[in-house]
Amino acid sequence: MKSYHERQRVSLISRYVLLIFLALVWLFPIVWIVLASFSYNDTGFISTIWPEQFTIQNYVGILTNSQFPFLYWIRNTLVVSLVSMVLSTFVTISVAYSLSRLRFKFRKPFLQIALVLGMFPGFMSMIALYYILKSFNMLNLAGLTMVYIGGAGLGFYIAKGFFDTIPIAIDEAAVMDGATKWQSFIHVGLPLSRPMIVYTALTTFMAPWVDFIFSGIILSSSGNPKDYTIAYGLYNMLHSAKGASTTYFAQFIAGCVIIAIPITIIFVIMQKFYVNGITQGADKG
Amino acid sequence: MFKRKNKRKPAATYREVFTKGDWATKLSFVVMGASQLKHKQWAKGLAFLLIEVGFFVWLIHTGISELSLFTSLGPIKAKKVVFDNAQGIYITKLPSNSVVILLFGVLALIILAALIGLYIFNLRSTRNLYVADRDHETIETNKQELKSLFDTRLHATLMTIPIILIVAFTVLPTMYMISMAFTNYNREHAIAFSWTGFQAFGQVLSGDLAGTFFPVLGWTLLWAVMATATTFFFGVLLAMLIESKGIRFKGFWRTLFIIVYAVPQFVSLLLMAQFLDLQGPLNNLLLSWGWIDHAINFIGASANPWVARATVIVVNMWIGIPVSMLVSTAIIQNLPQDQIEAARMDGAGPLQVFRHITFPQILFVMAPSLIQQFIGNINNFNVIYLLTGGYPMNNNYNGAGDTDLLVTWLYNLTFGQLQRYNASAVLGILIFIISAVFSLLAYRRTNAFKEG
Repeated sequence: MKSYHERQRVSLISRYVLLIFLALVWLFPIVWIVLASFSYNDTGFISTIWPEQFTIQNYVGILTNSQFPFLYWIRNTLVVSLVSMVLSTFVTISVAYSLSRLRFKFRKPFLQIALVLGMFPGFMSMIALYYILKSFNMLNLAGLTMVYIGGAGLGFYIAKGFFDTIPIAIDEAAVMDGATKWQSFIHVGLPLSRPMIVYTALTTFMAPWVDFIFSGIILSSSGNPKDYTIAYGLYNMLHSAKGASTTYFAQFIAGCVIIAIPITIIFVIMQKFYVNGITQGADKG
Repeated sequence: MFKRKNKRKPAATYREVFTKGDWATKLSFVVMGASQLKHKQWAKGLAFLLIEVGFFVWLIHTGISELSLFTSLGPIKAKKVVFDNAQGIYITKLPSNSVVILLFGVLALIILAALIGLYIFNLRSTRNLYVADRDHETIETNKQELKSLFDTRLHATLMTIPIILIVAFTVLPTMYMISMAFTNYNREHAIAFSWTGFQAFGQVLSGDLAGTFFPVLGWTLLWAVMATATTFFFGVLLAMLIESKGIRFKGFWRTLFIIVYAVPQFVSLLLMAQFLDLQGPLNNLLLSWGWIDHAINFIGASANPWVARATVIVVNMWIGIPVSMLVSTAIIQNLPQDQIEAARMDGAGPLQVFRHITFPQILFVMAPSLIQQFIGNINNFNVIYLLTGGYPMNNNYNGAGDTDLLVTWLYNLTFGQLQRYNASAVLGILIFIISAVFSLLAYRRTNAFKEG
């Protein structure tokens, strides 16, 4: 009969083995993507795990490709995401703060309307927005930015959950001391919610980098690849240009890796907030 | 402090305000802002006045014609040549552009509603002024009014811009699409279309699209159940594995898994599609290891529907389990340990503890967010669109493949070959109803939890 310690050891080792196995399974496709981005390939098809021939030509290619202006895409996305980040954060934090800390007649109805609006599939409004922007001649990057900002007003749930956790007594103390609500917003509410502001800013900043649907619908009619954002540009590179995609498939993967790295890092840093957001949402039902 | 005030009877009825008020108060019923201007509330009064003037300019200029066109969605339904008596020549009349007419009609309705709201606000403010006059109370000066926007009415200042944005970018588009469901906007009526009531609903529920709708709905629900259940269950298991005693560098292990979720989905899923291709690396690997005799068609156009569906669920597990692991980790760390200890004392094995204590507790905490995830999965566009694009094809379906969900089908109906715009709007409404029903269930469940 085995001793207690020995059994513990076997259990621990088997758990480590299982964990390592799972981690390998999970990361295998990701590693393959990175490897594929270094593989020499002109058939438009990667069929091996380990590249037959390593090259950095794909990275050089995607950065200098004239048919798919990758650097323009990065610049466009950067502009869109910075503008959207500043304004969306302002909108989201204003709404979240008002709904959480202020009491007014329209508050309850607003929350209910927001709930109902949130249940419509995003596509419905997306298709309509296409016609709306089209009739105002706004099917361009400016229109896309406005769409991102326009969506910010209803994305208040996580920030509101955060404000709800700040004790109301802090506000009351400020008001006791003669502060107006505006002053307590600026000098008490905002400084306390710095992590939330950072989180909101980062999420809104990331949205344009990963969104290929909205940007696709809005930017596709321009037909000028220099006006695309990165997500749609890459998506378009693979799909609409069938002939080109075979030649540039490896470059496409390289482009994906280039933008996936910063986004992945930001997300990994933010994971704690993400959990809070989900569990807080769960509390509210 | 924040208790709702009991509903009091208003200090004066509008009838009293109108009959007993002075000329400016009476005028306020027609000319918004008159009473405020008389009481030297310049900013408010001028704002009311200018908005009303602007409204009537708009109404006379374009509003009336927009609203009257809205009732018929444009008079000319098809291109035709008519004889123009005045000029004595034949001229071609192009069909009315109903898309634009509908859009501006909805916009006009929203403007109308906004003005009615503002008018009521104006009346209320007038009544307050009247009551203050009658009871000899102090009236807020212009300066005080403006100051209150940063104090007692801070919410108005903070919410105005967001509400305008929500109306423009969510309410307007949603109303627009809802109204589109009641028209015959499709490929045959691509420019000029008309109101047809519930006809499009009939097409989807019992007409030529019903043969696609019900199977796709069935698969959507099956997918949502499977996707939610698998990611949740295995996410909890993974979290418990990482949290179990003796495993070191827990944060490191969690990060390893979360990387998969952090990679933008259009990258991970598009390349996953390549990875699983008939001639892709996975098939080659399995072939070279000798595990399979010939390549498996996981998600191709002619794959077996159930193989493709299973593949989609498995790939979704690949992406979804890490998130679910992250969330359940937070819950596991906060679980009360006493029950577990007690069960151990009584000789329960780890499996029994998991089955009867840990898992039910996690399920209890997670239930509301699981229903949210379920609704999210009903609307999970990315996984299907990027991974399979709806493939494998199904000849019995109209515009959808075997793995298409309602949302991806909705997308295809608008942007694909079929161009059944009205049907896709109907689908949007039906998806809304499904989501609303499940949300309602979730809401009632959470309330039950709170009471229990």
